[in-house]
Amino acid sequence: MAVDMNMNVLIVDDYKTMLRIIRNLLRQLGFENVDEATDGTQALEKLKENNGEFGLVISDWNMEPMTGIELLRHVRADDKLKHIPFIMVTAESKSENVIAAKEAGVSNYIVKPFNADTLKSKMVSVLGDF
Amino acid sequence: MAGRKSKTATVNKPKASQKTTAPSAAKRGANPPTVAPPANRKRVQAISAADVDVYAELERLSAYIDAARREIALIHPEDVKEEYVPGATDQLDAVVEATADATNAIMDCCDEIHDVMGDVSPSVGTKLTNVTTRIYEACTFQDITGQRIGKVVSALKNIEARVDALVLAFGDETVKPQKTAGARKSAKNKKTTDADLLEGPQLSEKAKNQAEIDDLLASFD
Repeated sequence: MAVDMNMNVLIVDDYKTMLRIIRNLLRQLGFENVDEATDGTQALEKLKENNGEFGLVISDWNMEPMTGIELLRHVRADDKLKHIPFIMVTAESKSENVIAAKEAGVSNYIVKPFNADTLKSKMVSVLGDF
Repeated sequence: MAGRKSKTATVNKPKASQKTTAPSAAKRGANPPTVAPPANRKRVQAISAADVDVYAELERLSAYIDAARREIALIHPEDVKEEYVPGATDQLDAVVEATADATNAIMDCCDEIHDVMGDVSPSVGTKLTNVTTRIYEACTFQDITGQRIGKVVSALKNIEARVDALVLAFGDETVKPQKTAGARKSAKNKKTTDADLLEGPQLSEKAKNQAEIDDLLASFD
């Protein structure tokens, strides 16, 4: 199935600069409909408001008050949201983190710093070719 | 009368004197001094023997604590708390802010390049896209350095908290060296050296802007 290039992508990071970088990289990859949140709580509100209409969540881990992994657990526990692919993009690179994220239901995991090729390949593995 | 007086004087002598004078008195053939009954003497000797070790240990402990206090005072813990740690964290915050500003300025330029991509040939447009993508990728350094600096700031705050605990444990007055009037005068009269002038970049709120520098220079005319 072809990837819907018009789908809404929610990016979550407490660094505004990082949000801008990911937004620009997504634009380079052809995804223009990008929404932003600066922590897990705000992201969860946006996801619920839109009734799970997002096609992908790309989230940082280390944020306050709600972290990326807490957001992931909320998403996976919600019947209306649990289908949404979730990619963690974080500087946390310990095995324990990756295992914890996998156990929480992460779709893929990107370690910062990353490049556009890595972002694209992880998105392809989650969404299919585009 | 005189003998009785002498006897009373011997009894009232301190124990230490008694100990040193008794043998010489015996040698001289004088009357032996009055001493405590055997039961009392035994008890005094037992307490003294047990005390010696404890007393010596306590003295060593006291000397150790005094030395520790002096050493802690020498590192000026109040300077660590009031000057060094806040100064270092301010500088690190300024680094994060400056790199964020620079990163955003670089990305503003990329956005402008993106806006003109439609005006150039497809091959040039592709090249520009590749180049701006690489710039965006490189900009992720700001997030990583920000997080690393955040860790250093946490470590510094941890040190500050431990110094605080140390000051609390040893007492504020002990570790805070008292500045004498002489020391204050000497600090006031201290001549500024070339090394004193080198502080590196100032924090934005403390730094003078170019207009202020120009005004300062003009004030010499």
